[in-house]
Amino acid sequence: MNLYDFLYYVILPLLSLAMVFVFIRFVKGPSIVDRVIALDLIVTIGIGIISIYSIINNQPNFLDIALILALIAFLGTVAFTYYLEKRDKDD
Amino acid sequence: MTDIIIIIVSILGTIFAMLAAIGLIRMPDTYLRISVNTKAATLGVGLLLAAAAIYFGDIAISSRVLAIIIFIFLTAPIGGHLLGRTGYISGNELYEKTKIDDLKGKYNKKTHELSSGEESEDSDGEDKKHS
Repeated sequence: MNLYDFLYYVILPLLSLAMVFVFIRFVKGPSIVDRVIALDLIVTIGIGIISIYSIINNQPNFLDIALILALIAFLGTVAFTYYLEKRDKDD
Repeated sequence: MTDIIIIIVSILGTIFAMLAAIGLIRMPDTYLRISVNTKAATLGVGLLLAAAAIYFGDIAISSRVLAIIIFIFLTAPIGGHLLGRTGYISGNELYEKTKIDDLKGKYNKKTHELSSGEESEDSDGEDKKHS
């Protein structure tokens, strides 16, 4: 078993399973803050999947997309918390 | 030799990502879930990105990977802090076995003001005396 088979048949399925678990919390989450946490973790695991994909395809340009995705995840979290806090204070 | 290092590093990162996902399902409380998100996920993704850096072995790609890791390490605590604050303000309950609630009685749910408990009333009195 070489490196590519190992990454393709062991690492990627495990990461996909982790993403499914996080998605269950995203659907189930009792409060909206839980959903924002799950969204953050989905994007974080997505960055890991992108880095493994860049190894399999021997294509380092994918890492740029991982950087942009990390930026968007942080901005999304900040925006969500800002407006949720504002909404709860207005009520 | 490089392949074995990549396999070890990537499987460690995957274990951490799986632990974060299982913890997110099993944890009973919003604040404990935030702790899972900010601790385990950053280390897991950092190791997965380090595997990519070891595989390519180029200084340009390594610096790019380092930029992503530093960015995640800087932004994860800020996001966790903001989420915890929003969770407390929107009234999420703490887990029943939580021992210490540092903000108990110090946060006014109607006026949304944070104070330091008894001391704030004293300072208010002093202000009245001065005025």
